[in-house]
Amino acid sequence: MTEYRQGNGSGNGHGSGNGRFVVEDLENLTFSVNRKVFVSDDVLEGEHRAIFDKCWVYVGHASEVKNPNDFRTRQVAGRPVIFCRDRTGTVRALINSCRHRGALVCREREGNARQFYCIYHGWSYNTDGSLKGIPGDDAYPPGYDKTKKGLVPVPRLEHYKDFYFVNFDHDAPDLHTYLAGAKDYIDLIVDQSPSGRMEIISGVQEYDIKANWKLLVENSVDDYHLVTTHSTWLNYMRNSGVNVSPAKGHMLPTKGFGLDLGNGHLTTDNPNYRGRPVAKWIAVYGEEAKADIDAIRKELVERLGEARAARVADTNRNLCVFPNLVINDGSSVTVRNFFPVSPGHMRVTAWALGPVEETEAQRARRLHAFLTFYGPGGFATPDDVAALELAQQGFAAWREVPWSDLSRGMGSSQEQLATDEGHLRVFWRKWSELMEARP
Amino acid sequence: MNQPLDPGAIVTRAEVEDFLYHEAALLDDWKLDDWLALLTDDASYYVPPNDKPDADHRFTLFTVADDIVRLRERIIRLKDPNCHAEYPPSRTRRMISNVRITGVEDGLISVAANFAIFRHRRNEPVREFVGRYRHKLKRTDAGLKIHERRAILDAEELGRMGSVSFLL
Repeated sequence: MTEYRQGNGSGNGHGSGNGRFVVEDLENLTFSVNRKVFVSDDVLEGEHRAIFDKCWVYVGHASEVKNPNDFRTRQVAGRPVIFCRDRTGTVRALINSCRHRGALVCREREGNARQFYCIYHGWSYNTDGSLKGIPGDDAYPPGYDKTKKGLVPVPRLEHYKDFYFVNFDHDAPDLHTYLAGAKDYIDLIVDQSPSGRMEIISGVQEYDIKANWKLLVENSVDDYHLVTTHSTWLNYMRNSGVNVSPAKGHMLPTKGFGLDLGNGHLTTDNPNYRGRPVAKWIAVYGEEAKADIDAIRKELVERLGEARAARVADTNRNLCVFPNLVINDGSSVTVRNFFPVSPGHMRVTAWALGPVEETEAQRARRLHAFLTFYGPGGFATPDDVAALELAQQGFAAWREVPWSDLSRGMGSSQEQLATDEGHLRVFWRKWSELMEARP
Repeated sequence: MNQPLDPGAIVTRAEVEDFLYHEAALLDDWKLDDWLALLTDDASYYVPPNDKPDADHRFTLFTVADDIVRLRERIIRLKDPNCHAEYPPSRTRRMISNVRITGVEDGLISVAANFAIFRHRRNEPVREFVGRYRHKLKRTDAGLKIHERRAILDAEELGRMGSVSFLL
């Protein structure tokens, strides 16, 4: 594990997470999170200002706006945003609000448009955001500068390997610096495509969870819960001929790790047992898929060499880019992000991601594999939702039971397993650092 | 039900309605093995994504796209107390209406219907799942069977419906 970084200590021996809500006791080896952070409107307001307004937040993938004038509308950190490619091919993120009196200028979910048009008074905008026309513009005073009346772009828009992020803070560090070690794990995902081009597959899953958004960060990378929460999925795998017996001395079929990727980003890094469309066959795929999986594997080896191919094809990762982007590269690849609606309510958006080169059969296999586990109709995600909603219900007694415990693995001075909570603590330390720093 | 095995046989709407009501009653009563017996051996069950209701599951990420193998596994899961999303089982009530026979081809009877399913769980507000069915039924010696079952939700997103953890 050359990528391994110590996920437990903070470097200064005192626990950088210590604050009002996150308390790390390095003497007694406990890590506690105050449950007020899951129920408080004040904390949520603080998160909007200290986290969502300061961090790089995922907005979309280049493949979603393939052609000039393609657009997608979405809510990003509470703002209506048009994610689009302008007439000349530049990707943009524009605030979807008319400069005149505020109405949304684009109402469709997605499409291709030569202009954005406000139905209120008819102001229109080019897809690069510049103002195109104002009905009756002779009524404006002399010197009225229409060149300054374009749609407002989100202050910062940058991408890493086609994953576009926005930042509402003009002064934020650049995205590549921000992503730190998370880039290595995005690379492992992108390397699944022979041309290095992945695409978001059509069909989006948008669902609410009646739980605090941070619980989905924890849940997405928490391998400790797998055996209990997802026993019915394990049964399904077992019934299908997949070996899901725990490895000797471990809770899961393989020994995986939880890693600190810097800047609050974290990941699991697990030897595969659950099959991978690129490229590890399991019985669920059917005998007829074996040769095809072999061929995909061969292409990987030719292009990347044995070691890198094995790294791509034989390991899974659930990656969390702080604060709210999760890419699960396991049974299939899902990209999901989520925003709080209120302390006890989040809105999740999830997509499937795949190499652009996939054949019809490969794509169908990827989508089938996705639904074995992931999504609101999958064999696992609904039970995650149930667990998170039960936790949120329990938090109603936060005054009586104020602390959640994330101490798992703290006694280990070396590696943190994926079934430990060292990587969850990475998130909480960063969260606490940002929340304590706010005015 | 001594209907002849004749792909071109005309099926009456009343017959299809009786079948759909029976199916709905089995699902509301969580008699899932009995429900499974209503399916052909090559049956499939689809819930398309809300943003692409008419898409093909081979190219588009669905909410549910089960072949008979996974559907049988889904029933095993739903009957398991460790299916946490549905334990205790949700109380559901299905209203089915606007039933139409829209075609008969290759021995398959295409059926369209509307549904409204109310799902109740303790301490939760009722969740309503409203949409249309597009089924393909097959007449067999044992009566009508489901060959393809497609539940298409009307909502723009799942949103407050949350998970589709029970059978629509």
